[in-house]
Amino acid sequence: MLIIKDLKVSVEEKEILQGINLEVKPGEVHAIMGPNGSGKSTLANVLAGREEYVATSGSVLYQGENLLEKEVDERAQAGIFLAFQYPVEIPGVSTANFLKSTVNAVRKAQGKEELNAVQMLRLMRDKIKMVGMDEKLLQRSLNEGFSGGEKKRSEMLQMALLEPRLAILDETDSGLDIDALRIVADAVNQLRSADRSFIIVTHYQRLLNYIVPDYVHVLYKGRIVKSGDKSLAMQLEEQGYDWIKEEADSVASL
Amino acid sequence: MSESMQTLEEHTRSDYKYGFTSNIESDVIPKGLSEDVVRLISQKKNEPEWLTEWRLAAYRHWLGMTEPKWPNVHYPPIDYQDIIYYAAPKKKEQLKSLDEVDPELLETFNKLGIPLDEQKLLAGVAVDAVLDSVSVKTTYKEKLSELGIIFSSFSEAVREHPELIRKYLGSVVPPTDNYFAALNSAVFSDGSFVYIPKGVRCPMELSTYFRINERNTGQFERTLIVAEEGSYVSYLEGCTAPMRDENQLHAAVVELYALDEATIKYSTVQNWYPGDKEGKGGIYNFVTKRGLCAGRNSKITWTQVETGSAITWKYPSCVLRGDNSVGEFYSVAVTNNYQQADTGTKMVHLGKNTRSTIISKGISAGFSNNSYRGLVKVGKKAENAHNFSQCDSLLMGDKCGAHTFPYLEVENKTARVEHEATTSKIGEDQLFYLMQRGLSEEDAVNMIVNGYCKEVFNELPMEFAVEAQKLLAISLEGSVG
Ligand SMILES: Nc1ncnc2c1ncn2[C@@H]1O[C@H](COP(=O)(O)OP(=O)(O)OP(=O)(O)O)[C@@H](O)[C@H]1O
Ligand SMILES: [Mg+2]
Repeated sequence: MLIIKDLKVSVEEKEILQGINLEVKPGEVHAIMGPNGSGKSTLANVLAGREEYVATSGSVLYQGENLLEKEVDERAQAGIFLAFQYPVEIPGVSTANFLKSTVNAVRKAQGKEELNAVQMLRLMRDKIKMVGMDEKLLQRSLNEGFSGGEKKRSEMLQMALLEPRLAILDETDSGLDIDALRIVADAVNQLRSADRSFIIVTHYQRLLNYIVPDYVHVLYKGRIVKSGDKSLAMQLEEQGYDWIKEEADSVASL
Repeated sequence: MSESMQTLEEHTRSDYKYGFTSNIESDVIPKGLSEDVVRLISQKKNEPEWLTEWRLAAYRHWLGMTEPKWPNVHYPPIDYQDIIYYAAPKKKEQLKSLDEVDPELLETFNKLGIPLDEQKLLAGVAVDAVLDSVSVKTTYKEKLSELGIIFSSFSEAVREHPELIRKYLGSVVPPTDNYFAALNSAVFSDGSFVYIPKGVRCPMELSTYFRINERNTGQFERTLIVAEEGSYVSYLEGCTAPMRDENQLHAAVVELYALDEATIKYSTVQNWYPGDKEGKGGIYNFVTKRGLCAGRNSKITWTQVETGSAITWKYPSCVLRGDNSVGEFYSVAVTNNYQQADTGTKMVHLGKNTRSTIISKGISAGFSNNSYRGLVKVGKKAENAHNFSQCDSLLMGDKCGAHTFPYLEVENKTARVEHEATTSKIGEDQLFYLMQRGLSEEDAVNMIVNGYCKEVFNELPMEFAVEAQKLLAISLEGSVG
């Protein structure tokens, strides 16, 4: 599905990712953890194609193709979905209208028939239930005045509607209450399938109780310094990052 | 400059879809302006003596005036002797039916999406089509006249309802009002006249479609709408012109007159040819539009979507004379390439408890310049007047300009005047968000811009709102595919 090799990424001339290696196979769930500022969002953004994030070396293969040369919309149409850490507000654009446009844009690009109004409504109702969102939000401007939790649910709704092949969740669990957290986790679990993969960025092991990852990676200073299974997340929860930082820094100073 | 801003700029280099010319035989008078030309126009239209004199008085006044220099727009001096002041499609004496209309002319309006054949028209919209200097066809007239509504070309109204024209012509915009209004008063050729009798709610949208076809002509039309006590009318105006390298002058006057409890909604989608990507050619759109809320509880709403013209200079205004009267101005003005717009409104509060709302959305792209200029004036006797103004500017790219010039003159202490203004750039993060969901850059830009204009589009009648959205997309669309 996704093969990242020695990827270095700079933002405004500053190198943030300093050589990432990661392979995600179909159906796998990878959790990415790491202290603030270690480069987690940077990784998510570069995969989604955000322009300021410039890959200076290394490669990213997605479904056998060079991902880095694709435009943002092409990546989305090819099944890459990023649930944003901070979804932006778009005044005057109703959420319903936005959802319809995106679903049909992606369907069209994938050679599927576009949905008519009735089919669209049915699909939306269905998925709205799945993420426990208030239907009234559909008539409001996209993300405008949404509470933190509402924004995150709206991201999950979009994910459910767009049915990506590779979903990247950037701290979707932050700022959610326990119930909302369960709903987000349920949504992800329902969408888990043999041909869909997830990269889940989180600070909390709690989410990983609900979404059991196949791998856990720790990102520190732009590198993956440790990988393991879900027990690594528990260890981090108990011991914090200090031991990993020490390990990594001593390796670096060798 | 970032790469996406570059593509954004390419997006905003659009192509004008209405730029074709039609081969219609015309009756054209020689270039130039003089008392004789004014007389000739009046004579061609078989006008009564008083109107000829009215025109001449305006002309003589105009001679003593100078062109205004205060708008924030720049253009080479206009040679008023190099303009043709009257051009009309040649036709038989009086058109009895559509069959007598030049097929090329019908085709022209068909191409513009304005079929003049009533069977093909959108139900609920009556159209007056004006080509160059004259009205070529008004639809649904009989149906409207059953209700006592007069909807006709201006020339016809002069012939058939001289008493109404004489009473109201120049009552809102006097011929001496300003340079271009005086010029228009001298040489106006045609336009529309609407009269809604007491208590009548006009059952359909009335619409005039203006088209410039002839080369070197100016278009000087006049629209006069009178709404009697307790009546209601919604009026739409659309316009296009062929692509030409020379600039063409369009100096219209629109007068709205609302009596007690009457409501007039006036919507414009202005899409005159804006000139090419280098700023060559295009229409100079110098227009005076004013509404008088003469009666108590009357209401006038101006809604405009301005995407065309090389230069736009207009301030649809409301004089709120009747107590409790309401004035509204909703505007989207888009400038791209080298277009210039200086537009806004004047809300003049004279009566008690008068209220006005101004919502202005400017969008600048390319090398264009977009200014909002607005005056809110509250007279001594206007107790409890209230104005709310919101002026937003959206910049696309970094070579365009947006300016806001709000003026306030308040002579009554009980007035409440609120003003909000914002300037923003189209957000990279908004674009990224939408594109990450699979929308193309073009669709993403359109979605953001339409969202930004929503409050104004909401004021337009349904079909017009759809049209306006498409137009906006075209104005901002680029050669990038
Ligand atoms: N657009 C940008 N301009 C300048 N610096 C940036 C930009 N984006 C990220 N950075 C810097 O890159 C580093 C990594 O940021 P990133 O957002 O990837 O961290 P993170 O691991 O997601 O942190 P958090 O856990 O706080 O979300 C930080 O030092 C940040 O300041
Ligand atoms: Mg982050």
